[in-house]
Amino acid sequence: MNCAIVVFPGSNCDRDMAWVTEKILQQPTRLVWHGETDLGEADLVILPGGFSYGDYLRCGVLARFSPVMGAVVRHAQAGKWVLGVCNGFQILTEAGLLPGTLMRNRDLRFICDQVAVRVEQRDLPWTCQYDVNQILTLPIAHGEGCYYAEPAVLRELEQGRQIVFRYHGVNPNGSVADIAGICNPQGNVLGMMPHPERASDADLGGTDGLGLFQGLLAWYAENACRTRSL
Amino acid sequence: MPPASPTPYPLYRAEIYITLKPSVLDPAGTAITKGLQQQQYEGVQQVRMGKYIELTLTAPDPATAHAQVERMCQEVLTNPVIETYRFTLEAGQ
Repeated sequence: MNCAIVVFPGSNCDRDMAWVTEKILQQPTRLVWHGETDLGEADLVILPGGFSYGDYLRCGVLARFSPVMGAVVRHAQAGKWVLGVCNGFQILTEAGLLPGTLMRNRDLRFICDQVAVRVEQRDLPWTCQYDVNQILTLPIAHGEGCYYAEPAVLRELEQGRQIVFRYHGVNPNGSVADIAGICNPQGNVLGMMPHPERASDADLGGTDGLGLFQGLLAWYAENACRTRSL
Repeated sequence: MPPASPTPYPLYRAEIYITLKPSVLDPAGTAITKGLQQQQYEGVQQVRMGKYIELTLTAPDPATAHAQVERMCQEVLTNPVIETYRFTLEAGQ
């Protein structure tokens, strides 16, 4: 499984991602500078966390105009996998690859914590190694992670089973419907605020996030069709 | 005789105000409201915080300048999911 991790000016989780895909999972991994326009043979494209363009104007909006984003959009439209974590999730919403937006946290504070996250769907490459309702402990680190979408959009998300992760017990940031992560209707684009890559190495305090990447590998090995059948 | 250089387009100046839609909660505005009320401004009812952007641009005529600012607002400067905007446009500096 070829992995491409996009590096924007201000990304800071790119190397954490590469640690997981390259060192832990032993998959070919390339860091792709945002000025490039070719993602090569990538199967999985990752938009990592960080503060692209200093979060100026709005989180994620300026990254959307980076040269590489044309290739990311085409990759997504071709049904191939795109994962956006934290700032990556914000970029995916600004780019229109996922609906809704991420707003300032309800309590106006940057939150750096471990939170309980519930798995809502498992017929997806991202979650096929988990059980529905399984509770994961994942780190979050964000100031703008409060997911918001209009009621009509929320209904579509629910009906399309696009809500992949919800906060469990405590909603840290005020996200509507406790949403921690969503996918597109086809399931090949996932955005999430919690950081699975920071919970993938046993030496670093937890491995609940590793299942997401292992799920991709397992799905990749078994499925010619890489997305959910609609 | 050298060809006449094209007349440069005139300059316009836009002042853009971006605010959260009324239906969207504004936690920063709520915090400011409480802060003001605690500073003896008990009469303060509601604060909504937004963004202010000044920009200058050249364009062949006011209508084109207006249309360009409109498009910038819709495509880049605001997030239509949560924000609305209004702007003024005037000629000059």
